[in-house]
Amino acid sequence: MNPVQLNAISLRFRHIWYRNLITYRRIWRVNFLVPLLEPGFYILAFGLGFSGLINGVEYAGKHLVYTRFMAPALVATACMWNSFFETTYTSFVRMYYQKTFDGILATPISIEEIIIAEVVWAASKAAAAVALMLLVLMPLGYADFPRALMCIPLAFLGGIAFAAVGIFFTGVIPTIDMFNLPIFLFITPMFLFSGTFFPVAGIAKWAAIFPLIFPLYHLVELTRFFCLGFMESNPVFNLVYLLLFASVFGGLGLVFMKRRLIK
Amino acid sequence: MNIIEANQVVKRYGAFTAVDGISFSIQSGEFFGLLGPNGAGKTSAIRMIYGFSPVTSGQMRVFGLDIAQDWRRIRSRLGVCQQENTLDPDLTVELNLLIYGRYFDKPKAQVRQRTEELLTFFALNNKRQAKVMELSGGLARRLQLARALIADPDLLILDEPTTGLDPQSRHQVWDRLLELKKGGLTMLLTTHYMDEAESLCDRLLIMDHGQIVTQGRPRGLITEHAAENVIEIEGPGPDLKTYIKENAIKHDDLGERIIIYTQADGRLAEEVRRKFCMGSCLFRTGNLEDVFLRLTGRELRE
Repeated sequence: MNPVQLNAISLRFRHIWYRNLITYRRIWRVNFLVPLLEPGFYILAFGLGFSGLINGVEYAGKHLVYTRFMAPALVATACMWNSFFETTYTSFVRMYYQKTFDGILATPISIEEIIIAEVVWAASKAAAAVALMLLVLMPLGYADFPRALMCIPLAFLGGIAFAAVGIFFTGVIPTIDMFNLPIFLFITPMFLFSGTFFPVAGIAKWAAIFPLIFPLYHLVELTRFFCLGFMESNPVFNLVYLLLFASVFGGLGLVFMKRRLIK
Repeated sequence: MNIIEANQVVKRYGAFTAVDGISFSIQSGEFFGLLGPNGAGKTSAIRMIYGFSPVTSGQMRVFGLDIAQDWRRIRSRLGVCQQENTLDPDLTVELNLLIYGRYFDKPKAQVRQRTEELLTFFALNNKRQAKVMELSGGLARRLQLARALIADPDLLILDEPTTGLDPQSRHQVWDRLLELKKGGLTMLLTTHYMDEAESLCDRLLIMDHGQIVTQGRPRGLITEHAAENVIEIEGPGPDLKTYIKENAIKHDDLGERIIIYTQADGRLAEEVRRKFCMGSCLFRTGNLEDVFLRLTGRELRE
């Protein structure tokens, strides 16, 4: 066994972060297009399509138009998808097919630094996507300026949490096709039941524990707070949970990725 | 001081022993070869040198430092050209060098200057904007070599640098390596091509089943384990076999072919030519391939 070494962690990870930034910039048009268009599609679909079916939503003691309830959740889920995909599919391709990590491991950079770079990069990408979404949502009145700008650093923190759980799956999954499993069993239910499309208050009592376990719920809550100015849960609890989740899976990710890469 | 000092180094993967107690040393400025059939443990040995794989037991010292502790200092002075293509396919030729140089924590300006030097040295100048995916095998290998040299290493590790290349590309790689050698760079090479090892290496060792079978200078190994001159005789008759037996001549009997190892003076060769070369006889000088096959056998490995 090769335990994770703390003295193998230094700021050198920034070089790999920069490498990822360069490849991101090379196809920036594609990378920018999705976060810019996605909120528009959802708001059109739910605003025009759904508003006829639903009067509005009761949330934190207030009555909200459905699209205003849902828009902050869009921001949080975009953060989740961006960071989780980056450290699962994209990192797996870099690790397994492109042998990029093998090449880097012949330089003075450690495995620990490679993994940290992947996670921090994924969080940065998520924060960038959220910033772009705010460019659309703020003028439309779905996120209040300037408080909603806090969603950007928040997305970085949320991004770390989802990237950490992603890199953990990358460390344990045998083949790339098997990412379907965590996506179907973990990400999709989380996407649907984290107070994203309907308030958690509407969930049966026995099932109400699930949103509390899902990190997305906590991120959605905090995002809603920064977009709307009010929320139904305790922000300190949400923040602490996200930090804990990120540290636990970040640690597990380091252990399992190291086990996988070192032969 | 020795650049590499391996002492009873062992590498185990679970129950499988890939490297079984090897000891060798490489001096500064030497071109050292690590030969052996597939699965002999060459790549495992190399991976321990640059700290990719931890040493199971024994000591591996590089630049006088212990790889387990001082891996970062060692790797910052190493260049590794891995067997597999580990170039970054998301980056251009030029960026592959620029970004890789940054991994060594070198200042930007220094990396840029070194990149220009290497693009020229490996004749990659007009390909600098090309994507790595578009490069031919020879170009990709040259780029990988250039990348291994980006941080001005004191030791260059080459894991099968010419495997799969066409003859033109192989010769170009050899020329570059010989030029680097003239500049005093220490190099460690693994290869399957015995002609390559014979012409490039000052000293080499042959591994099999994780152990060192022999080590020395190429010419010395040839005279010791094969001979300076070799005669290959197709379809040997019983009289030849009797002659060999009676005179206790060093040989290999391959059934349809007999290989006779003779000394340089040529008396034995003359006699064989007169008496037994009615059919097909090949007279040639002994080479490293003779040594390799004699020591590691002729059976297929995989």
